[in-house]
Amino acid sequence: MIRLEKRPQPSQAWSMATPLVAVLATMLFGGLLFGLLGTNPFLAIETIFWEPLFGEFAFYYRPQLLVKGAPLVLIAIGLSLGFRAGIWNIGAEGQYIIGSLTGAGVGLAFYPLEAWYIFPLMVIAGAFGGWAWATIPAILKVRFGTNEILVSLMLVYVAEQFLASMSLGLLKNPEGFGFPGSRNLQQYASAHNAEIVTGTGMHWGVVAALIAVIFAYVLLNRHMLGFQIRLTGAAPRAARFSGVRPARLILMCLGISGALAGLAGLFEVAGPAGQVSIDFNVGYGFTAIIVAFLGRLHPVGILLAGALMALTYIGGEIAQGQLGLPAAAIQVFQGMLLFFLLALDLLTNYRVAWRKPEVA
Amino acid sequence: MDLSAINPVLLIASLMVAATPLLLAAIGELVVERAGVLNLGVEGMMIVGAISGFAIAVETGSPWLGFLGAAVGGALLSLLFVILTQVALANQVASGLSLTLFGLGLSSLMGQRYVGVKPPQMPDIHIPGLSDLPVLGPILFSHDLMLYLGVGIIAAVWAVLKYTRAGLILRAVGENHDAAHALGYKVVRIRIAAILFGGACAGLGGAYISLIRVPQWTEGMTAGVGWIALALVVFASWKPWRVLLGAYLFGGVTVVQLNLQAAGVAIPVEYLAMSPYLVTILVLVILSADKSSAPASLGRIFHASH
Amino acid sequence: MSQTLLNLNGLTKAYPGVVANDDISFRIGVGEVHALLGENGAGKSTLVKMIYGLVKPDSGTMELRGAPYAPGEPRAARADGIAMVFQHFSLFDALNVAENIALGMENPPPMRDLAARIREVSETYGLPLDPFRTVGDLSAGERQRVEIIRCLLQDPKLLIMDEPTSVLTPQEVDILFETLRKLRDEGTAILYISHKLEEIRTLCDTATILRLGKVVGTCTPRETTARDMAEMMVGSTLQTPERAGRALGEVALDISGLSAPAPSAFGTALKNVHLAVQQGEIVGIGGVAGNGQEELLAVLSGEVLTEAGAVKLMGQPIGRLGPTARRALGLLTAPEERLGHAAAPDMSLTENALLTGAVREKLAHNGFLRWGATREFAERIIAEFDVRTPGPETAARALSGGNLQKFVIGREVLQTPQVLVVNQPTWGVDAAAAAAIRQALLDLAAGGTAVVCISQDLDELMEIADRFAALNEGRLSTPRPTAGLTVEEIGLMMGGAHGMEVAHV
Repeated sequence: MIRLEKRPQPSQAWSMATPLVAVLATMLFGGLLFGLLGTNPFLAIETIFWEPLFGEFAFYYRPQLLVKGAPLVLIAIGLSLGFRAGIWNIGAEGQYIIGSLTGAGVGLAFYPLEAWYIFPLMVIAGAFGGWAWATIPAILKVRFGTNEILVSLMLVYVAEQFLASMSLGLLKNPEGFGFPGSRNLQQYASAHNAEIVTGTGMHWGVVAALIAVIFAYVLLNRHMLGFQIRLTGAAPRAARFSGVRPARLILMCLGISGALAGLAGLFEVAGPAGQVSIDFNVGYGFTAIIVAFLGRLHPVGILLAGALMALTYIGGEIAQGQLGLPAAAIQVFQGMLLFFLLALDLLTNYRVAWRKPEVA
Repeated sequence: MDLSAINPVLLIASLMVAATPLLLAAIGELVVERAGVLNLGVEGMMIVGAISGFAIAVETGSPWLGFLGAAVGGALLSLLFVILTQVALANQVASGLSLTLFGLGLSSLMGQRYVGVKPPQMPDIHIPGLSDLPVLGPILFSHDLMLYLGVGIIAAVWAVLKYTRAGLILRAVGENHDAAHALGYKVVRIRIAAILFGGACAGLGGAYISLIRVPQWTEGMTAGVGWIALALVVFASWKPWRVLLGAYLFGGVTVVQLNLQAAGVAIPVEYLAMSPYLVTILVLVILSADKSSAPASLGRIFHASH
Repeated sequence: MSQTLLNLNGLTKAYPGVVANDDISFRIGVGEVHALLGENGAGKSTLVKMIYGLVKPDSGTMELRGAPYAPGEPRAARADGIAMVFQHFSLFDALNVAENIALGMENPPPMRDLAARIREVSETYGLPLDPFRTVGDLSAGERQRVEIIRCLLQDPKLLIMDEPTSVLTPQEVDILFETLRKLRDEGTAILYISHKLEEIRTLCDTATILRLGKVVGTCTPRETTARDMAEMMVGSTLQTPERAGRALGEVALDISGLSAPAPSAFGTALKNVHLAVQQGEIVGIGGVAGNGQEELLAVLSGEVLTEAGAVKLMGQPIGRLGPTARRALGLLTAPEERLGHAAAPDMSLTENALLTGAVREKLAHNGFLRWGATREFAERIIAEFDVRTPGPETAARALSGGNLQKFVIGREVLQTPQVLVVNQPTWGVDAAAAAAIRQALLDLAAGGTAVVCISQDLDELMEIADRFAALNEGRLSTPRPTAGLTVEEIGLMMGGAHGMEVAHV
């Protein structure tokens, strides 16, 4: 008979190993799924994980890794702070949209003026937009005890409608022949989040993501606020006893994660995407939840997990083109990863013991 | 703009249709939460139910088999939640989220062949005499059977929770799982049953959207109804009849905004489309002051130590 | 000797790393009140869980009325006439009395009949109870009655009671004993688990004493002194804490007109509490659990804020200050619940040292943490309070209750507080650790600290406190010097029998 015994303390080894085991299990079961869909599983796995890095067109795909990974890491870092404290912001997608709108909006307001300060102002506006959108659930939670999960999620749908309205109305390109969508910021030098080194995919969002990783690492390991975040997640009552003010922590965590999601939106809209359009958002805000968990809510882990998830996006696109693997299969693949991770997490805190059934 | 085009009788009749998916998903989640489990995967289970039901209805030509398939599909997905939370003792919030993310992907994978297909029709009942009554006829006696089944499930859940021993045990498990365990009740088994029931109900709710309300299959067609259902359980203070009231209220908001869109009111379509979500937030704010009726063990992990 | 009801033969149960019960054998006679005596961790709970079918023994057998008895689950035990009243009540706050009782029965009658039966039994045994009241609103004594009536409705042959008096006032204990004697006279055997020796001497016919999972002795309590039983239980001669004469200084903590609303639906509101504690003084606060102890600690720790002037530290109003500011000024506290309140279970001892030590021990500089200094502080607590642990990186939940309690108390004591408030400092702690903790509190007071000790252990309070007051439904009685206080007086301060009476049958 299999029994679970709680470990006296969490196992460090399993804590590091579970993400790897989860990735392997996902490859196995994902391969089975691809096989059922009529694709050669080995080829599919190879295409997803090998092709973007070392394949024939790797020179094209490798920069894409940074482009896709940066927003995921940026958002996931913010989310992980809240998740660690038991504050569940799952509306990052909405904060991402609003950040892109406020950021792009500021840029477009200056059009066609060229000036060095336009892009920095857009960055500030993007962060502010995301922060403001995330502060709505924060204030409602602090003031009325409203569940932040539901409110932040509802605000995603509101933000999507808002995005539609903006790309059809206020931000619509006046010279766009009536098509929805804003001017293309890639063609507006002062507002363009261009590559810092051409051909590397390295844009300001990547820099911001790396800074965020370092910032979060220092915060969580060396700073009182980080300790309070961890303490609140581990034992909320002990945190209050210790002197943590829950309201302040909620505002901080949701605010920071919103600002980072807003930044991610701004860097995307001003760079790779180029314009505000009805379906400009592609679900980074939700995938970042997987990234945060896969990285075990640890800054360095999130960096690695973001890279891995970006790989599945790019590899998935290749597999879509070359093998005809449906896009949704990649989404299922990513979901599976989260499943295995959560299930295997058991081993961090519990020991599985095989014992003979007890004799009465 | 022409508000006179809105017919109040049809409005009420259609709000009942709009409310039914919400009602089904919410009553299922209510049972799950009364057992002390928070399953945030309602949206995922609904969308999987929507496509399972749709596919089976199309393949068999029977909407009834479709609904059965939807219930099974929703329950199967919730089985993953069971494995995560009841066996692997994972965090319920994270597990529920993963269920939704996985369900959304899975449903669009399953649904690829069904985009643009028309499902078999589920006829509305017609009771001679009653259905022909003015006003009351269209409102009360001219719907499809699933709508009545939804109300029936609410009544059944209410009666079971209030009057039966099974209901008492379920409430006890949600209230204090350690005490229930000490008295010898199988906490995990009871919770698994509740979660599966919740999954089946969410599946039915999803299929109601794809088979009756719309009726066709598009990706992500549940559009947050599962999340609104979660809010609805809070709104209802975990009481079955208030789920019915709340669902009709939300259904009303949805139908009214659709009617206003159709009537060409001067408010942009996007802002009208936001309204159900904004109303949900508003309702949550008003009601979240009172948490006293929430099951005391809600969301807590149970592990029998001996 | 009476006829044997239950016979235990060589019961053994091991958990990873510990043998909870090792070859336990004894017998319980029909109509006998049998005491099971032992310290925390002696294996009493495991043993009764085996009898009640919650745990299966690794080896050994049981016989009930001569027939083999091996319950697979509590249901089977109940069917065989064995009933149990738990120490931490297995009750459901949001349900009413009748529903709670129905949950403990195999085939409960319809609610209306059940309510009538509850009234009938409660009158017969002098335990008044309204079947339709919500359990969360009941006092601790009343909640226990729900448990007892739940058992009595099954018409048990053996009633197991796990530490039943820890939640009762002395007057309520008398009522309970009346009920138990009546049951015994009707032929019901009672297995009575306790570490309170005087109670056992008053009530029980036989006592089996457990230590470290083994039976170390059997005696007839009426003919054995409390001291002898205590030494069998602990296995060594007991040390009584030394209490040096102390000079009292100025008033360090001044609580006046303190009121606070109940923090939750089933919490207690504090009503007009007055208390002044001088430097060098220990004030003991007694009372039945759930009468405002937790709430009082919370308003003193700063987790709950009050009017500024309601709490004064060295004359300075601090009612509006949070926990950190209060610590900076020298008011330290240690709450009752170790895991999750006083300490974070999954965090290391070093991190737990930081939890309250950051301000006074200067473990943070401009918000940045000094991990080296923090580890040193943790190591100092471990060394000075004899905390048994592999080291400061061990998770708090890996420590035994007694060791973690020493760590929690040590963490506050070493910060040299002006005022220290502790709640249940020795709850669930073995005798040696309890003695060490009490000694630490006495030493602290001798050094001039004002100490407030909230406890449900009256013996403890009488041992260390200079003055005694009791909390009853959120009100604090006027403190009186402990010297010369009688049990009756204490009981009345605690609220007497909480408005209940023995039904005169």
